[in-house]
Amino acid sequence: MSHSLASPAKPLASASRTSSVGDVVFAAIAKAAGVFVLLLLGAIIVSLFIGGWPTFRAFGMGFLFNADWDPVQNVFGGAVPIYGTLVTAVLAIVMAVPLAFGIAFYLTELAPSWFRRPVGTAIELLAAVPSIIYGMWGFFMIVPFMAEWVQPPLIDALSDIPVVGALFKGPPFGTGIFTASLILAVMILPFIAATMRDVFQTVPAVYKESAYGLGCTTWEVMRSIVIPYTRVSVVGGIMLGLGRALGETMAVTFVIGNTNRLSTSLFGPGNTIASIVALEFPESQAGSLKLSSLLALGFILFVISFIVLAISRTLLRPGAK
Amino acid sequence: MSSTTNDSAARPNIGAVEARSTAALTEARISVRNLDFYYAANKALKSIDVDFPDRQVTGMIGPSGCGKSTLLRVLNRMYDLYPGQRATGEVLLDGTNIIAPGIDLNQLRSRIGMVFQKPTPFPMSIYENIAFGVNLHERLSKSQMDERVEWSLTRAALWEEVKDRLTTSAMGLSGGQQQRLCIARTIAVRPEVILFDEPTSALDPISTLKIEELIDELKRDFTIVIVTHNMQQAARCADQVAFFYLGELVEVGTATQMFTSPRERRTQEYITGRFG
Repeated sequence: MSHSLASPAKPLASASRTSSVGDVVFAAIAKAAGVFVLLLLGAIIVSLFIGGWPTFRAFGMGFLFNADWDPVQNVFGGAVPIYGTLVTAVLAIVMAVPLAFGIAFYLTELAPSWFRRPVGTAIELLAAVPSIIYGMWGFFMIVPFMAEWVQPPLIDALSDIPVVGALFKGPPFGTGIFTASLILAVMILPFIAATMRDVFQTVPAVYKESAYGLGCTTWEVMRSIVIPYTRVSVVGGIMLGLGRALGETMAVTFVIGNTNRLSTSLFGPGNTIASIVALEFPESQAGSLKLSSLLALGFILFVISFIVLAISRTLLRPGAK
Repeated sequence: MSSTTNDSAARPNIGAVEARSTAALTEARISVRNLDFYYAANKALKSIDVDFPDRQVTGMIGPSGCGKSTLLRVLNRMYDLYPGQRATGEVLLDGTNIIAPGIDLNQLRSRIGMVFQKPTPFPMSIYENIAFGVNLHERLSKSQMDERVEWSLTRAALWEEVKDRLTTSAMGLSGGQQQRLCIARTIAVRPEVILFDEPTSALDPISTLKIEELIDELKRDFTIVIVTHNMQQAARCADQVAFFYLGELVEVGTATQMFTSPRERRTQEYITGRFG
């Protein structure tokens, strides 16, 4: 046997190739970079909360439910933008999800393979369009279209029905909550469709074949195998879209009408948290209660988005069931 | 009833060797005539002619990539799910060419069931796994469905093990139980033919034995086609054995004949383990 085998083992404790000081420094830098993200997130929340504190102190929980926004009287309530934010986001989801499902279903199960790639790429490009473009497109194309072709017939047909009719009353301006929701739906559509397509593709082929082997149609396989198998991830994808819809600013500001009045009609103008902050922030004086109220609204938006995205993350993580 | 690629003459001479299978083959339930199969431009099956005898077991053997699973997937048109795969020729089920256009695939697959290599219980309860397939084709009352579930689970030799937990998730069963559940799910639809694609390759020896006994029992009512890598399994289960090599059907005959006096040298080399 050779002598090298008999020689004493290398001491494992000493650093053989790199200096241990370098290791420690590098580890510390990497750790600092990681911690920085947490600190940044925490700092944003804390500074928003501190900025909004005068408002929370002045109005308490009533801030959430008061619909008055009166800078002259120095009375501020967040109900209109909070309502607008939630309603536009939820309506956008209601409009986008069926379409996104159709796209994902078509792309994974029905489309000929040569057609899947261009449509898939188009969806990804749709996601890359800047929101200001959607805003301009919405204002110059969709708003006149809505005012001329969509809202008048809907108002004529539906506004006389009790209860439901209230949602469709009012003059057909073209702008308003419904139009904002429509633009939002288009904006979040690619995210939801792409997520759904990706999770549908994770269903093992052998499960689908088993179902086809029993005599299922494509739709029965989708309904009974693919959707139950991916249900959790699909909801996660929808939450991802909801999170984006909640915080979207520019496109909504263009078309929602920007009025601080609670309107029961979906065609009526409104506001969202993001749009009111974008419009009124430049006109708010430092230290004023108005500025504090905007920061408080920002804090509320942050909390809502945070919860929605946290749910989405949890549902979309691998192995979630 | 057997035929080979180079000879479709008289029935092969059955030797005196005792086999588990019955000696004579019954009339064909499915007849494959001059079948070619393509994966895109790649020809995977070359002018196959074979009969699958009624209520008997046909074992398809051969090395990987020889086309035996491909043929299985032709019999229930599973290949239709994938673009670029196509078959030409005739596959006659009771005289109807099932690979012709215009065949109702859902109905065809209710007549020709399939059990896969890996157990594929659906993410639902044991009861629902069985009822799922039945509901696709029949409208049964609750009591009729209960009966059907019990019947199929009994036929699949699983009833005694699961009758007290029918409403629990099928995912909680062992691998062997899951595979028997898949068999129960397949027979619950009351097909005429059952295709088995290496049904025991993911199972332990005891579960394998149970499935083999089950196949032997099921052939009283169903025509069975089984693809297997396991020569002993083919010898134990099959009445008729077909040997495939490189997309060709080299030889087909009764199990006894194939394992005692194969006519083709390639068959002999394969079953004695000299290649493959």
